[in-house]
Amino acid sequence: MATDIFKKRRIHMVLFFAVFTGLYVFFSQQLNFNSATAFTQIPSGFAWLGANFWPNYTTTAPEFLLNIIRVLLRTVIIAVASTTTASAFALIAAVFGSNKTGIHWTIKYIVRIIAMVFRNIPLIAWALILLFSFRQNEFTGFLALFFGTFGYLTRSFTEIIDESGDGVIEALKSTGATYFQIVFQGVFPMISSQLVSWVLFMIESNIRESALVGMLTGTGIGQMFNFFFSGFRYPMAGMVLLFIIITVIGLEMLSNKIRRLLL
Amino acid sequence: MNQAITLKGTSQVAIRVQTNKSGKIKVRKLDKSRMWTRVLIYSLIAITVYAFVTMNFGTMTLEVALPTFFANLQRIFLQPRLSHRVEWAALIDQLTITLGLAVLGTLIGAVVSFFFALLAARNLSHPKVSQTVRAIMSFIRAIPAILWVLIFALAMGLGSEAAVVGIVFQGIAFLTKAYSETIEEIDHGVIEALKASGATWWQIVFQAVLPSCLTALISWSFLRLETNFGHAVAVGAAAGAGGIGFQLMLSGNMQMDMHEVGVIVYLLLGVSVVFELVSMKLREKLLVKS
Repeated sequence: MATDIFKKRRIHMVLFFAVFTGLYVFFSQQLNFNSATAFTQIPSGFAWLGANFWPNYTTTAPEFLLNIIRVLLRTVIIAVASTTTASAFALIAAVFGSNKTGIHWTIKYIVRIIAMVFRNIPLIAWALILLFSFRQNEFTGFLALFFGTFGYLTRSFTEIIDESGDGVIEALKSTGATYFQIVFQGVFPMISSQLVSWVLFMIESNIRESALVGMLTGTGIGQMFNFFFSGFRYPMAGMVLLFIIITVIGLEMLSNKIRRLLL
Repeated sequence: MNQAITLKGTSQVAIRVQTNKSGKIKVRKLDKSRMWTRVLIYSLIAITVYAFVTMNFGTMTLEVALPTFFANLQRIFLQPRLSHRVEWAALIDQLTITLGLAVLGTLIGAVVSFFFALLAARNLSHPKVSQTVRAIMSFIRAIPAILWVLIFALAMGLGSEAAVVGIVFQGIAFLTKAYSETIEEIDHGVIEALKASGATWWQIVFQAVLPSCLTALISWSFLRLETNFGHAVAVGAAAGAGGIGFQLMLSGNMQMDMHEVGVIVYLLLGVSVVFELVSMKLREKLLVKS
């Protein structure tokens, strides 16, 4: 039977749009979501933002600006520390969890399940769970970022090791290299630029996430934004937001530059 | 240090071998990328050590915190159960709300991003337009999802609209990038052929671009759905749209009922794991296809 590619394609497209519309209508009803309000209110949202969040004379006091920079720098440092620590643990976990370098299948599955649990519990849930025992401080923020990052990077690193070439491992094995020599001299150098790229990506993402984590754990830039925002001091909140934007874009450009240097 | 070694045999061979100070043969050359990798890793370690030394622990001491943490983990993961305050039906309703926020945010985000991606893709768009769109996206991406939601909740009033719009904004920055890269990977010949046959820009988009990368686009959107679900949990509570995140706050912060938190955590975990498995299957399918 000759299949008509155009007919098949049309059926695919119709099916796709039917599923799309169905989901949209169903969940709109569940949520009382008014599409018209949502879309027409976006411009007025921005107008409100421009009118209220625009920094004014109260927000340009040098002490205030210095304070923002100090808090933001601290947040960046915590996010970097958390990501770095999580990457180290993730790398070890990935070596044991990978098909290529794993030692035994039981360990492989245990590692994969642990990583899955860690990354699939939303960050806000981690922050809340940790908050009960570790209370409001920097360390709690550090841990919340750490858990999610560890789970996420373990998956990425495992995939990277799995996809790396067999040649190097085989060549080293045939020369009589030990397991650790193969991992450290063969596997790590081969994948180092990909690993670094992921770590940089996670640092960027964690700095953004620390806005949410900070609100809950009462530290860093999230807490600062929340303080001004819930106190109706919008120009100051606007200034904090501006600094967040500058920092995130700056770090994104920096990490793109580093990626190019490492290639 | 360089050392010339001459091997004598049937024919003469000269090999130049680099040795280090102790006379051992150098097996590793420190090229530029290796050097920068090292610099980066050492700086990251230095920042981490500094962070630990100066870490603010507040009033918390690890001797007290760790045992309570493990006790809480035990209640959450090993003894999850609902109290009389919360019914299963209500919990499922709240999960549906959170799921709805994530799905609507992804659907709207996907449509908006597709059009932005057409403008951002280098093979379909004007270089200047492409650069402008990319700049706007990196600006949007720089603002955390939770802040978008808080701002829109104030500007639009509390409700699901603000939550969805907040999720959409963070999502389009990510999806536009992913989509435009997918579109740029399309075989140049396909677009060229359509252009030569006199097809309009919209015909190229809907007859060539969309059909040939629909699977990839769906796969990216699903990946985003995973992230959006995590955001929806936090955002629903913040925007007053409710959802499972709100219940999590109630059970955790107000009632301090770890057993109930456990049930919620398992529900969240279940949904995310299903998303992840579907997303993995989609990617496998995509790999087979290409």
